[in-house]
This record gives sequence, structure tokens and C-alpha cells, in this order.
Amino acid sequence: MPEMFWSVNQSLLLALVDTFKIFACTLVFAIPLGLLLSFGSMSKIKPLKYLIDLIVWVFRGTPLMLQLFVVFYIPGILLHNNIWGSGTDGRMLATIVAFSLNYACYFSVIFRGGIEGVPAGQREAGEVLGMTKSQIFFKITLLQMIKRVVPPMSNEIITLVKDTSLARVIGVVELTHAGYAYIKAAGIIWPLFYTAVFYLLFVGILTILFNFIERKLSYFR
Amino acid sequence: MAILEVKNIEKHFGNTKVLKDVSFSLDAGNTLAIIGSSGSGKTTLLRCLNFLETPDHGTISVHDKVIFDASLPASDNEKDLRRKRLHFGMVFQSFNLFPQYTALENVMLAEQLLAKERPDFKQNKKQIYAEIEEHGKALLAQMGLADRMDHYPHQLSGGQQQRVAIARALALKPDILCFDEPTSALDPELTGEVLKVIRSLAENKTTMVIVTHEMSFARDVADQIIFMDGGIVVEQGDAKQVIDNPQEERTKQFLSRYTQG
Ligand SMILES: Nc1ncnc2c1ncn2[C@@H]1O[C@H](COP(=O)(O)OP(=O)(O)OP(=O)(O)O)[C@@H](O)[C@H]1O
Ligand SMILES: [Mg+2]
Repeated sequence: MPEMFWSVNQSLLLALVDTFKIFACTLVFAIPLGLLLSFGSMSKIKPLKYLIDLIVWVFRGTPLMLQLFVVFYIPGILLHNNIWGSGTDGRMLATIVAFSLNYACYFSVIFRGGIEGVPAGQREAGEVLGMTKSQIFFKITLLQMIKRVVPPMSNEIITLVKDTSLARVIGVVELTHAGYAYIKAAGIIWPLFYTAVFYLLFVGILTILFNFIERKLSYFR
Repeated sequence: MAILEVKNIEKHFGNTKVLKDVSFSLDAGNTLAIIGSSGSGKTTLLRCLNFLETPDHGTISVHDKVIFDASLPASDNEKDLRRKRLHFGMVFQSFNLFPQYTALENVMLAEQLLAKERPDFKQNKKQIYAEIEEHGKALLAQMGLADRMDHYPHQLSGGQQQRVAIARALALKPDILCFDEPTSALDPELTGEVLKVIRSLAENKTTMVIVTHEMSFARDVADQIIFMDGGIVVEQGDAKQVIDNPQEERTKQFLSRYTQG
């Protein structure tokens, strides 16, 4: 029995690496992309703004699971060429693409709120003091934006941890997939339930981190 | 001698004309008060002076040099525009202090950023920053805030915040300091401390343009008054004369609302 416990732990930890890969890569790509989308959605160029509003609507309006299927299977159907390849790397790549697009859309709405939430008077006060546009952005508005954006972003990022479990629908062996596999392979269900511990630890660490950042930024209002 | 000369300024927002042919001039060391009912264009006029709005017509000159001319194409690069802006300082109705900086940092920030453009900045960095800090502290002390320098804006009362904002506007030594209803956002018991500071600036011959609803303050402190209505300068002249003995019917009506309490 103890050997079983350690072998479950080992395979779940291995799967956790892939869970973490999805998580980290999604953040790395979705944050800059979300920032770009938020700029686009505030653009004075109306066609660009409408296009981006449409994209954001589609990605926020359909299930992430469906988007995973579409991203993974559509290239094969349309191009008669599975650009993702047949191996596990391809599945991981498709997952990261779908997650990044989906989360970039959510982030863009948050960033836009953060940017528009900084009162115009802040920018104007900088302007009349002879500051350049970039000085105003970096010295005045950026930190105020970050402060506004941290609470909603921490919500989204915690949701992302749990959303990684969706990747199993296209065969990525992440944490939930690995736990589920024990039902078929060994006829035991507790490893699936036991994955909760890993998710809770993951989210617990993030919560501590976000609380720390919020406290660091609480010196001003 | 006129330090500021505003000629035939007009400004539209869409189809509404907010400023119609506004002209005035102001002598160095004098204080001009702008009065008028809500929506008459007072804020818009100040914002035009500070390049926060672009007039559709007219010219603005400082020290006999035209710094804005609506008939010329706006070819200014950012650097020139910034230089021109520095002729004016602005104190906003809602203070607009930078919340993430202390009182002293608010006052020093613009000067520190500007110092980076000095050719001797790299060699004398330490000394330049020390001078800026000394200047900032002196300004805050002048505002009666010597013991509040390290407070963040949210730790200060409205009156204290507005005095920090005045120090911040003075830091770059503008030729003309503009105030847009500097006490309107304050509790009545806090207006006095801000008006006192502005009064002492007037006594020290700071050139100022003040939009205000405080009639007795305008009468006592200003040299000149402009009364605006519907985007037009209805009456202008010596402060005491305009308040005590207005010539235009609209000015009389406006002022009677204040004297009757
Ligand atoms: N950005 C803008 N877009 C459209 N209309 C504007 C804009 N700014 C001001 N206005 C209009 O211009 C007119 C003058 O406004 P302004 O703020 O200059 O008046 P004011 O004399 O400062 O009034 P108050 O005493 O209430 O501050 C008002 O009718 C206002 O609605
Ligand atoms: Mg106003």
C-alpha cells in the first residue's frame, strides 16, 4: 500500500509538470497579447475596435473546451494537415495556443478597465507639468493601473489553474488526466480525488503571492 | 507690461460654441479672477491656456511672444509643446495629486524628470537632486506643510492636498499660475487655509489667473476681474469696481445672487 501511494504521488507530480507548463505558458503569452487587445479595443480606428470586440465576444462567449477541440482539430480538417503533429508535444502546443487566446481575451477586458479607471486628471496633471507621454505612462499611470488590475487578475489566474484540467479532452496528460487514469488501469478512484490536494497547494501558493502584492500596493489609494 | 495676452479665442465642442471671441491681457505680478455661472466656459478657457484643449481660433502670447496661434498648423513636436506648457502652472479643482507619491515626491517629480534633460545632469546628478529636494521642502514649508512632507495624498485633508498641489505647480516656476475653482471641492472649514496661501502668493506678486466662486476673495485679492457668460466676456476691469459697481445688466444679476446670500 505505501508503495502504491508513492507511485501515485510520483505520476501525479509528473503530470503536475504539464499542468504547470500550460499554466505558465498561458500567462507568458496571454498577458502581452491581452495588453495588445486592450489597446486595440480602445483604438480610435473603428474597424479595428469592432474586430477586436468581436474576437473577445467569441472567445468569452464559447466554452474553453470547445475552443480546445476547434484549435486542435480544425487545421487537420481544413488544411488536411495536422499542424500539431501526432505526439504529446503537439497536443501541449495546441492547448497553449487555445488557452492563450482565451485568456488574452479575458485579460484584455481587465486591462482595459484598469487603464480607463485611472482618472484623466492624472494624465492632465502630468501634461501641465511638462512630462512626456512615456514619463506619464511609466511614472504616473502604470502603477495605478497595476493596483487596479491585481484583484481581478488574481481571480482569473486562479481560475486558470483549474481550467488546465480541460486539456485532457485533447489527450494532454495533466494532473486530472493522470488521476483519472488510475480508474481504468488499477481500478482505484482515490488518486483522482487526491489531485485536489495538488490543486489546493498550487492555488494556496498563488493566493499568498497575490496577497503579498496587494499588501505591497496598499500604501496608496 | 502685459505678460499674458489672449486674443480672440474661440472653442467649439461639436456644434456648441463654448468660447466666443475671448480676449484679455494680464500684467506681470497681477492676479486675474474669472467669475461667471456654471457652464460659461471658465474651465475651458483655463484648459486652453494650459494646452489641454486646442482653441479653434485666436492667439495666446506670453512675454510678447506668440506661443499659440490657431491659424498656423499644429506642427509642434512634443518637446516644443512641453516647453510652452511650462509658461503655465495649473491647480485643479480636484487636486489631481499622484496617489503613489508622498507630498514631497509629488512636488519634486516634474523637476527631477526635467533635470534629466540638462547637459550637466550626469556629472552633477547628486547635487542637482539635492537642490531639487531643498526646493521642494522649501515650497511645502511655504505652504505650511513642513510636517506633512512624507505623507501620501490619502493621508492628507482636502485643504492640505490642495496646498501640496499648489506647491507642485510652483515647483517649475511658471510665469502664470492658473487655478480652477481651487476651493470648490473642499469642506467650508478648509477653504480658508487654501485661500490664505493664494492670498500670500498674490502679495508676493505671483502672476495668477483664478477661476472662483468666492466673490469677496476675488474682490480683495484680484487686481482684475473678468465676468463670463455663455462663452463671452461680458465685463472686465478693476476687481473692486466690477464687484462693487458692475456696469452690465448680466453682471449685476449674477452678482446679486451672491450678495443676497
Ligand atoms: N470635453 C467637452 N465636450 C463637450 N462639451 C464640453 C466639454 N467640456 C466642456 N463642455 C461644455 O462647455 C461648456 C463650458 O464648460 P466649462 O466647464 O468651461 O464651464 P465652467 O464655466 O467651468 O462651469 P463650472 O462653473 O460649472 O465649472 C459647458 O456647456 C460644457 O458642457
Ligand atoms: Mg469649471
